[in-house]
Amino acid sequence: MTERASSTDRDVEHHQLLAHGCQNDHFTVPGHPRCPACGEPQEKTLDLTKKTGIVKTWTRVAATPPGVREPNTLAIVEFALEVDTVSMLGGTIEQVSLGEQVRPVYIDTLRDADESVRQGANQSWGGFRFEPVSPDE
Amino acid sequence: MDVAVLGASMTPFGTREPWVRELATDAAIACLDDAGVDPSALDHLYLSNMASGEFEGQTGVMNAVAHDIGAVPAYTQRVGQTSASGGAGLYAAWQSIASGASELTLLVGAEKMTQQSTGEAGDVIASLTHPAEYAHGVTLPSFAGLTARTYLERYDAPRESLAHVAVKNHQNARRNPDAQFQKDLDIETAMSSPVVAEPLRLYDYCPLTDGSAALLFCPVSVAREYTDEFVVLSGVGGATDTHVVHERDDPTWMSAVANSGRQAFEMAGCGPADIDVAELHDMVTLLEILQLEAFGFAERGEGWRFAVNGTTALDGSLPVNPSGGLKARGHPLGATGVAQAVEIYRQLLGKVDGRQVDAERGLTCNVGGFGNCVTSAVLEVAE
Ligand SMILES: [Zn+2]
Repeated sequence: MTERASSTDRDVEHHQLLAHGCQNDHFTVPGHPRCPACGEPQEKTLDLTKKTGIVKTWTRVAATPPGVREPNTLAIVEFALEVDTVSMLGGTIEQVSLGEQVRPVYIDTLRDADESVRQGANQSWGGFRFEPVSPDE
Repeated sequence: MDVAVLGASMTPFGTREPWVRELATDAAIACLDDAGVDPSALDHLYLSNMASGEFEGQTGVMNAVAHDIGAVPAYTQRVGQTSASGGAGLYAAWQSIASGASELTLLVGAEKMTQQSTGEAGDVIASLTHPAEYAHGVTLPSFAGLTARTYLERYDAPRESLAHVAVKNHQNARRNPDAQFQKDLDIETAMSSPVVAEPLRLYDYCPLTDGSAALLFCPVSVAREYTDEFVVLSGVGGATDTHVVHERDDPTWMSAVANSGRQAFEMAGCGPADIDVAELHDMVTLLEILQLEAFGFAERGEGWRFAVNGTTALDGSLPVNPSGGLKARGHPLGATGVAQAVEIYRQLLGKVDGRQVDAERGLTCNVGGFGNCVTSAVLEVAE
């Protein structure tokens, strides 16, 4: 990773799922140079890597771009924070349902960058997918 | 300075042989002919296009068109705002006239897409997404699937209500000789078509399309020197929403539509109740419904009823997408926002065959990304 890498790239490099927040406790995944809600710098992080979230919505995509698994199951998952919630988009490892509890699992290569329109060096290609947390855990 | 639309054109939408430069040139010449204006009189020439470099390896199309139609030395500029490039071009054209920088502006929108597979073209479009989204292989249709599930669950809307939007817009397109789809669609066919992104199916989505459209603008104060048949671009607005779609508080609320609409209504001195006809951005059936709600035509959670109960049909109280919309007229990205205004222009002048509605004021809404950047415009008959 170069020194120009974004916070998204750095998080991926460290296999961490981090929510990025400002002094006013607005958190986002991914991070931004300035807080989208108030414009302050995002200078703190919350580690979601070992946390579980709730499936807010999901889809199974039958037609995917070159280099992307087919079908591609995607979900928006919401994590509860102390004062707020933060959402993120991710693939799912198996079928999920609305309201289901899921946990993040790090995946080295989410899609084949050699086949994508975007240049391979433009961004990181690892990240987190979600798997259901079984009821007895 | 009030802005008039003097002329309009569009080329047939669908699978076309010409590439983007020729598509754009054809629409430009047809528009100048429609208004009876000489190209040498043009001050500004805008070309709305999303991705000709990525789609066909051709850049600098705006300069090529200026040369090919005999508009040199007119100022020219490509306008890019992803799938809202056409609407952004409308905004740019308005600015050029309203500011006094230009006394005659031609806007051309064009895109050539069908040489690519659905996957390839979908990836070019998906390249507008944030790295954290793109890494997951997300496409614009995927966002629609995610959002449709939320909408249908939350508002207890029947799945068929989305199909009603598609059926209506196919019916309208069959009355539009320039539309890509010339066949009726029934609810059963729409509901049993292949799944694209659950719960959405093939007939919820617009196709890949080649095509172009153009509009000619001047100050209202001099419009009658050219023609007695013109309309007034009385309001424009533009706004953004989050680049990262999942960061929105409520993905079923299109805030950039609401904000751009508020600006356009305010400039035009009217509100949703004053709109007689609308061309909305139905890249997917759900989006027509969400725009009805964001503009204030429908209450939140009630927009799905409009296509079901006939409100938005050609003979309804608010005809929406009389052209067939993106769904059935087709969606050549950069051309779409221009073609929407071409339809409203012709409707207001009573120049439409087979799908004419009774209208004095119309609205267009062009959406980039999944509501990421939006432009809206109000057009009305000249007093
Ligand atoms: Zn903040």
